[in-house]
Amino acid sequence: MINPKQSQKIVFFILLLLSIIVLVPVALIIIIIVKEGISVINFEFLFTAPKNGMRAGGIFPAIIGTFYLAIGTTIISLPLGIFAGIYLSEYAKDNIFTKIINLGIINLAGVPSIVYGLFGLSLFVIYLKFGVSLLSGCLTLAIMSLPAIITSTRTALQSVPQSFREVSLSLGATKWQTIRYAVLPHALPGIITGIVLSNARITGETAPILFTVSAFYLTRLPNSIYDQVMALPYHLYVISTQIPGISKNITYGTALVLIVLTLSLNLFGIILRIYLRHKKKW
Amino acid sequence: MKKLKEFIIEKLIFLCGISSIIFVILIFVFLVKEGIIFLKYVSIKEFIIGKNWYPLANPPQFGILPLIVGSLLVTLGAMIISIPMGIACALYIAEIVNPKFKDLLKSGVELLAAIPSVVIGFVGMVTLVPLVKNIFNLPTGLTALSGSIMLAFMAMPTIVSIAEDAITAVPKRYKEAALALGATHWQTIYKVILVAASPGIFAAVMLGVGRVIGETMAVMMITGNAALIPHSFLQPVRTLTATIAAEMGETVRGSDHYYALFAVGITLFIITFIINLIAEIYSNKIKT
Amino acid sequence: MVDTKIKVNKLNVWFSNQQIIKSLTIEIYNNEILGIIGPANSGKTTFLRTINRLNDTNDKFRMSGEILIDNKNIYDIDVTLLRKRIGIIFALPVPLPISIYDNITYGPKLHGIRKGLDEIVERSLKAAYLWDEVKDRLHESALMLSGGQQQRLCIARTLAVEPEVIMFDEPCSGLDPISTAKVEEAMVKLKQKYTLILVTNNVKQAARVSDRVAFFLMGELIEINSTEKIFTSPDDKRTEDYISGRFG
Repeated sequence: MINPKQSQKIVFFILLLLSIIVLVPVALIIIIIVKEGISVINFEFLFTAPKNGMRAGGIFPAIIGTFYLAIGTTIISLPLGIFAGIYLSEYAKDNIFTKIINLGIINLAGVPSIVYGLFGLSLFVIYLKFGVSLLSGCLTLAIMSLPAIITSTRTALQSVPQSFREVSLSLGATKWQTIRYAVLPHALPGIITGIVLSNARITGETAPILFTVSAFYLTRLPNSIYDQVMALPYHLYVISTQIPGISKNITYGTALVLIVLTLSLNLFGIILRIYLRHKKKW
Repeated sequence: MKKLKEFIIEKLIFLCGISSIIFVILIFVFLVKEGIIFLKYVSIKEFIIGKNWYPLANPPQFGILPLIVGSLLVTLGAMIISIPMGIACALYIAEIVNPKFKDLLKSGVELLAAIPSVVIGFVGMVTLVPLVKNIFNLPTGLTALSGSIMLAFMAMPTIVSIAEDAITAVPKRYKEAALALGATHWQTIYKVILVAASPGIFAAVMLGVGRVIGETMAVMMITGNAALIPHSFLQPVRTLTATIAAEMGETVRGSDHYYALFAVGITLFIITFIINLIAEIYSNKIKT
Repeated sequence: MVDTKIKVNKLNVWFSNQQIIKSLTIEIYNNEILGIIGPANSGKTTFLRTINRLNDTNDKFRMSGEILIDNKNIYDIDVTLLRKRIGIIFALPVPLPISIYDNITYGPKLHGIRKGLDEIVERSLKAAYLWDEVKDRLHESALMLSGGQQQRLCIARTLAVEPEVIMFDEPCSGLDPISTAKVEEAMVKLKQKYTLILVTNNVKQAARVSDRVAFFLMGELIEINSTEKIFTSPDDKRTEDYISGRFG
């Protein structure tokens, strides 16, 4: 009969093991990709276009495409998301209507990425006739990023003390002036963290861009928002599943670039959040 | 003038505020717009219960049962792995680990969530799949099992982070009361804390399920894509998500296959909607 | 002949179903310091916040009766202008986490003033008895000031928008005696230009500073009279009990 203290020790040890198992794969995945892919990384790989049916050359167009997608998505989702967050934090009352809005946000967050792809195809590509383009892709990805931006904005705003608002109002400010000058500036760091993390997610998404923007092989870089682009995650998918005879290292190298991009954005966001939490002045 | 400007801004803010509802409705509408036409070809009953998904055959068959079973099987496998491990990790972070390391561990888990699904699919494809093939002596390692294992890693961060929130939210006085009565830390955990946090943990699990069912790229690259009802975890399967992703590219717009894929999309939307609703109901219990 | 700055007629205030102020009728004269005393939960703070309509932001707030400033109903005036005319100093100093200079110019800038900001800052800080202590570090963060200095900063900040009435809600509750003395000194000086309402839990402070004193109990005005009369021979027994500390 094991006494409770001993069974606690055993159980805690098992929990520790299991926790390690959760975290070890992160390290493993990163290590494997770095090990196999690093040999391919050089200037040519990063800054020139692919050759020979993707089997040689670089992935520059995919990098640029991913970059454009991120910027375009942020431009669309940022104002929309921030204003929505402002509404929820500063204007919405505690009633059924607000509950429904929150339900909407949660559902948007839960829609599978491939369903976003279908939606983007139906609304932007076909109905609005934007075609398979940067525009369609960015619009689709922007709606996908909304829940994250809205919730991080709302949280950041709610953490600004109510007393700031009261001081501003009692000096004769209107509600919007109060938000704009006494609340928003102090919520900005939290909002920026939200954007960074949202972008980190966008750069890695494949499913939503499959039918809305992605091209496999483009001979020139995009000139307008109506053009298709190549993107890193899609590129990785295609070369690892559909190009026979491609050098393993090139595939790993592409994965490496993608993972460096997403993980460093994520790391930046996480560190930013921790730093800001410690730096809070009130 | 100032008043006018402010009035316009506040109206804009309101519009953005309701945008989440607008977009959910929009998504549903535009899915249905294309998918509803499918009902011309196939009845709902045939669609959901039909055992054969042969869209390219002549005449084509559009039963999604094998796809549903595929999704469910992979999800089930992923949850069997990720639930115990996820809750264990959440417990460890919330209750046991030295608080100095809490931030570090939570960041580690977040980093796991940050790995794009296509990368997970790729790594799984080149490492896990051959491994499974060799260990079980199979014709191919592209199986539901491989998919479940990789997807478990995608569900775990969600489960860990939300379960950890739920466990941390249990009022300290419950814990203190149990300890004061002489319980060990572990006894307190499983008799008091886990019970109190169970609605939140349930919500975490539901959200994990939602994440896995909706996952596309990783499954597409590892589960084999055979649209047949599987009899074990060691067979290739096809999920609802992978079907859409793999076949839409080659479908002619306006063909019955095209509409069928939208119908699959609607099915997915409804399934995840329900899961999210359940999760939301239970996570509200964390707050009360 | 005194003229009335603010007139309150049969004011009732409810938060949801709880009545906080009952049928309050009171007049506040120009250029006086009116002290309002009474135990906790007497409605004193609620009263102040109703005058400058700060309670409007609370969904559960309901009122009946009227409040007039210079004979105009406060609900007939644009609320931002009303709040400019009636300033409030809260119990805990709330410096905005920006520089001292920016704290003071925050108000004027809201109302469109772009020029002469330096003069406004100097004038306001001097009137709040804070200028000498901070004139060399105007661009430092306001959070670096001590509690007493922060409260005087809040006074200066309110003065910068040139109000007519200044309401003080237990302004010295968190301050040491020296800071308290400085704030009281500022208040007495301000009376020349402004009308002041001082809500305080510190009965002795009311005695030191006010011209008239009003005693609130459980949402009702029990008695209002000159400071001297209230503290030597109050009309109502409850007033006397409260002042002598028999309850609080």
